Amino acid sequence: MSDTFFLNGKEKPFKPGQMILDAARNGGIEIPTLCYLKGAAATGACRVCCVEVKGARSLMASCSTPVTAGMEVFTETELVHRSRKMIVEFMLASGRHNCLMCEANGNCRLQDLAYYYKITKLQFPEKEISDIYPTEDENPFIVRDFSRCILCGRCVQACNELVVNRAISQGYRGAESKIVTGGDLPYHESECVFCGQCVEVCPVGALMEKKAKGLGRPWEVKKIRTTCPYCGVGCQQWLHVKDGKIVKVTAVEDAEPNKGRLCVKGRFAYDFIYSEDRLKTPLIRKKNGEFREASWDEALDLVASKFKEIIKKDGPDSIAGVSCARSINEDSYQMQKLFRAVIGTNNIDHCART
Amino acid sequence: MILMVGTNMSEAHPVASTFVKDAVLGGAQLIVVDPRRTDMVDFAQLHVPIKVGSDVAFINGVMNVLITEKLYDKKYVESCTVGFEDLKKKVMEYPPERAAEISGVSADTIREVAHRLASVKPAMLMYTLGITEHTCGVNNVMSCANLQMLLGNVGFECGGVNPLRGQNNVQGACDMGALPNVFPGYQRVDNAQAREKFMKAWNVQSLPEKPGMMMPTMMKNLTTGKVKAFYVFGENLANTEPDIHHVEQELQSAEFLVCQDIFPTETTRFAHVILPAAAWSENDGTFSSSERRVNRVRTASVPPGDAKPNWWIFKEIAKRMGHKWESNSAQEIWDNEVSVLAPSLAGIQYARLENDGIQWPAPSKDHPGTPTLHKDGKFTCGLGVLKAIDWTPPAEVPDKEYPMVLSTGRRLYHYHTRTQTGRSQGINDLLGEETADISPADAQAHGISDGEIIAVKSRRGEVKVKARVTNQVPEGLVWMAFHFREACANWLTNPVYDPVTQTAEYKACAVRINRLT
Ligand code: SF4
Ligand code: SF4
Ligand code: SF4
Ligand code: FES
Repeated sequence: MSDTFFLNGKEKPFKPGQMILDAARNGGIEIPTLCYLKGAAATGACRVCCVEVKGARSLMASCSTPVTAGMEVFTETELVHRSRKMIVEFMLASGRHNCLMCEANGNCRLQDLAYYYKITKLQFPEKEISDIYPTEDENPFIVRDFSRCILCGRCVQACNELVVNRAISQGYRGAESKIVTGGDLPYHESECVFCGQCVEVCPVGALMEKKAKGLGRPWEVKKIRTTCPYCGVGCQQWLHVKDGKIVKVTAVEDAEPNKGRLCVKGRFAYDFIYSEDRLKTPLIRKKNGEFREASWDEALDLVASKFKEIIKKDGPDSIAGVSCARSINEDSYQMQKLFRAVIGTNNIDHCART
Repeated sequence: MILMVGTNMSEAHPVASTFVKDAVLGGAQLIVVDPRRTDMVDFAQLHVPIKVGSDVAFINGVMNVLITEKLYDKKYVESCTVGFEDLKKKVMEYPPERAAEISGVSADTIREVAHRLASVKPAMLMYTLGITEHTCGVNNVMSCANLQMLLGNVGFECGGVNPLRGQNNVQGACDMGALPNVFPGYQRVDNAQAREKFMKAWNVQSLPEKPGMMMPTMMKNLTTGKVKAFYVFGENLANTEPDIHHVEQELQSAEFLVCQDIFPTETTRFAHVILPAAAWSENDGTFSSSERRVNRVRTASVPPGDAKPNWWIFKEIAKRMGHKWESNSAQEIWDNEVSVLAPSLAGIQYARLENDGIQWPAPSKDHPGTPTLHKDGKFTCGLGVLKAIDWTPPAEVPDKEYPMVLSTGRRLYHYHTRTQTGRSQGINDLLGEETADISPADAQAHGISDGEIIAVKSRRGEVKVKARVTNQVPEGLVWMAFHFREACANWLTNPVYDPVTQTAEYKACAVRINRLT
């Protein structure tokens, strides 16, 4: 038999070893997922991706069940719907999913599923507040709200299998289950290096960027793609911008070179541009050594005339400059052009050496 | 197989390190050559803690084993390289026992490294400033290249010699010709044809043909009077350059100092004119990453007050000196000038950069870009050159008075002099001060406890700084960063340079440590 299977009655190809989820996607059928994390080993933890497989005794988790030739898979049966709906209902009752007060409102997989499966009221009693672990927001960047955690385990997989920082794991058992750091300490006292990958992959509002709190709803922000201003890796970022201000930074999924990853600087060190310390006007040094504010015309005229005077007196090679290895290419181009074509010297360099 | 030399990747290039860690989880071997037990050692099959500054001797030792035991790639060496006999003669002077003596690791370790490297193909070599920031930086780099060519590893995906650039756009600044000897695209200023081309493009009668000064020479010449005016764009030299006392003296001597920056810094204190610039995400443009990938940078917010894009400032100065430049945006500069003038970038235009950018060389508009250079061992200049290289010690080595080695670098949470990270909320909470990292053995010998303020002194200066006692650091080494002004390592570092690149020896000088009481 060739490599085909039956997807909702239609014959479709698959690659050996491919999971149902993947093969279905290629065949044009989307199956909802929660715990499944690309690049990590499927755990089959949430069961939201369940499908009916002819001949199987129970529903199968499509993210972790390989397709076999001739397999008959049904993704939208009554049974599948009922099961998925019930799974979502359990999750909604597993904590406090009051979307009005959640940062993830509008960008939450659980909310999406509750809506899609037309859930209008809670079917199960919610977990007692006293049984929910208190929120940890002592660390500077990440809010861990356990009342919203559905224990899907994506954060643990991201931390251990993608970025391999090995800071968090599944802790305790049964109703006591909790995602913990070593010794169950707050993030900043643990091995955590604040790459924020766990936040990036959390499908709900359990892990949130602390600095972004209250600054903009998902539908209010514009996402602008850019390149990180720190090291030479050149990670691709989404700037979440509201009213001309960056409120949050996330990674561009699947982009080269970082494939959806960032580090602490790329993810959290963006707000320096809004610092009150920024230079806002040209400054000229007075005789007494202090600086006074000046207009652009005055400052630029001064620079140009001083350069002309020095070129005349001591020649162009008595002027030298260093360009900036942090700024854009076009700025460096302009500066070397100024030195070579206008001043007439090759005394132009930059800090390649640090 | 990955060989990391002198790179503290998980702190300096965190995202790159995650892919190395993934490779290790996927079964790749990792060898870490570094004096310190960096975090990546947790993932390595082998950690080779060579002494600071002994890289050439160590690599020569490894090559000695490869050649004597005939483990090198004979076919590759014969067909793709020249200079093997010279190299062989030189590395024969470095039997493992001698290399071991210099580098402080055992001869057996050197043999093991050679055996492991010879067993897997291709192997990738990655290095950072641990290789370059030495008086023998160029020799270190060439040694890495020697080793990889000898193993037949240059020109393949997952092979090669891969430097990770420290700053986001070091690659780009080089590509753009912010170097004293080349125009954009590495076209030499002493080449008449190149000058002709740029004269025409820039509409000028002449262009200087003599290569200019490198930065350390410029700064030295501020005190000799040979350089009168100094234009510093975006660099905080008063903290980043070795021997701060001396650097400040040099900046002080400038007849006319122009600083263009986004913040007041220790350097702008010495300026005569300060020009306020737009920052990252306040204008459009491009960065070029370590892997020669040209990526877009886009505007999210407006610059504060009167701050202006840097390219505009340069254009305005040119105008006031009688030159009318046409391009009026970063895109126009790139599309109409850079990509027209630099052949390796000819195929790169803003319209093509919407998604993942393009890796140069991309010589034509339909060229997909070039992820791997020297493909299949074909070097841009014909054959790869193997070079015989001798080990030389750092310029300043420990002695009675200054018995320890100081080596410097970056830490995860901060970036350079903290002008940016120090002003990003939350980062200082994670790392609020500098430390001098020392080994438990040295701490004990001096009666120093973890967290105690100690004095670190070199021939150039002294800082008071918190001691951090850690197993990361071997005995005899003090390790510091340059993120904080007060305890900046550059009060201590040695202003000596590689003779070719004039890269300073940040990685090695002699110091002593003392308790304060
Ligand atoms: S921030 Fe990064 S290191 Fe910390 S727990 Fe999350 S994924 Fe792990
Ligand atoms: S914190 Fe988020 S990602 Fe982690 S287990 Fe809970 S819901 Fe899943
Ligand atoms: S996010 Fe981190 S690793 Fe990526 S470019 Fe920025 S500083 Fe480098
Ligand atoms: S997505 Fe398949 S079990 Fe969770």
